[in-house]
Amino acid sequence: MNRLARLLAPWVLIAVLLGVWQVACAALRVPTYFLPAPSAIAGALVQNAPSLAMAAWRTFSMALEALIAASLFATLLAAGVAASRTLDQAVRPLAVALQVTPIVAVAPLFVIWAGVDHPGRAIVALATIAAFFPIFSGMARGLASADPDLERLFDLYGASGWQRLLRLRIPSATPFVIEGHKVAAGAAIIGAVVAEFVAGSGGSQGLAWRIMEAGNRLQTAKMFAAIITLALMAAILHALFQSLERRALVWWRGR
Amino acid sequence: MAGQILAGGALVELDAAEVDYPGRGAALGPFSLRLHAGEIVALVGASGCGKSTALRLLAGLEAPTRGAVRRSIARGETSVVFQSPTLAPWMDARANVALPLELKGMKPKAARALAVRALRRVGLADACRARPAQLSGGMAMRASLARALVTEPKLLLLDEPFAALDEITRRALADDVLSIWAEERPAMVFVTHNVEEAVYMADRVVVLTRGPGREAGETALEQSFPRPPGFRTSEAFRHAAEAVSRRLAAAMGASA
Repeated sequence: MNRLARLLAPWVLIAVLLGVWQVACAALRVPTYFLPAPSAIAGALVQNAPSLAMAAWRTFSMALEALIAASLFATLLAAGVAASRTLDQAVRPLAVALQVTPIVAVAPLFVIWAGVDHPGRAIVALATIAAFFPIFSGMARGLASADPDLERLFDLYGASGWQRLLRLRIPSATPFVIEGHKVAAGAAIIGAVVAEFVAGSGGSQGLAWRIMEAGNRLQTAKMFAAIITLALMAAILHALFQSLERRALVWWRGR
Repeated sequence: MAGQILAGGALVELDAAEVDYPGRGAALGPFSLRLHAGEIVALVGASGCGKSTALRLLAGLEAPTRGAVRRSIARGETSVVFQSPTLAPWMDARANVALPLELKGMKPKAARALAVRALRRVGLADACRARPAQLSGGMAMRASLARALVTEPKLLLLDEPFAALDEITRRALADDVLSIWAEERPAMVFVTHNVEEAVYMADRVVVLTRGPGREAGETALEQSFPRPPGFRTSEAFRHAAEAVSRRLAAAMGASA
């Protein structure tokens, strides 16, 4: 019973808030361009479902491309940094500088470089930068986190550098890398959306563009519908990666 | 230096060895210890006296800042059991135990077969495919022991291997270690802060002063192995334990 109540509680709250919202909109005669009633938003969601789904798919696929690219670059660079102290010291300041610079600030540059006709490229590049750091720092931290006594064991039995990397460092880094990918997936979505906003042209056809387009036309209900779609997509992705992470850790730890 | 012939046929020798850690000062010594084939030596001392450092010197995992470490055996003929089981969580018990052999270049299949045999010796025949997370503390320590034994070392070093276990488990494991030791009789050095455990398991109990540890005396046990069932309650045991305790108390007072 208690469990059921806990499960239902958030839905009940949402229903109550929506009800109050709906009633208030009608009672106070709020203009729909300012705040549409939930029923209007639901209508917009249904009516625009095909185009919203397409836009969600665009944003998702660009974020996914970015995640794959970031994963590749970040793991390679982290492995290089782990192998060479000099490279580590060379890369570190640049990496930090790039990490602390907001994506929004560099986005216009990428839009210029990609060319007005290819906003998709700029978006993928920016989302890649956003997704790069969680994976890079996870991998770099993980490679350095092997149990010192296990390291001693590898010393004792005269392990080669490769044996140490393949049989100790990389397996030890695995949980950190998995967590890095989970965080990076969220960052890639955020990066893609931010980049779409900055690119600001219809060429990208992603969710952010739908939000802007609706906003420019004061189609506030449609705007809400796009925001909800984005939130839903991000939540589903987060849940997916969370469960992937759990499974991967079970596989790694054996329980 | 490995492979040289040492005085009195010793396996390993610490000669006035001292270790300083940068930023933390002196950790050990000067400390001397000569170890012969087949003997069991217990190093007893308070926390921070440098007994684990002494063990790492014997293993060749560290070099002394001053003094010398000489050995007549190769470094790979030494095995270490650490305070915690230090098993790799991503491998099952068999793969963990096979690891030293594979690192030394043995084919995986042969290494796994020997690993199964070593696990059987420590009573873990049924846990070959279990991951470390599925083993109890005592079982994990046994797997760690199997990993140390699988290479058939001439020198077996144990760094407070029972410290994290409950009294019943640690006594059972101590007996098992002794009976396994009796099969091949490698030289064995184990670090402990438990006087009874030291006296029960060792030929010689070496007491260290507070850190940086120096030798504060040695107690030799006459009783040969295997030790009789009543040894723990015998007069000889009590005498030796008292001698070690007195020496330990004096060592604490002397350098405090």
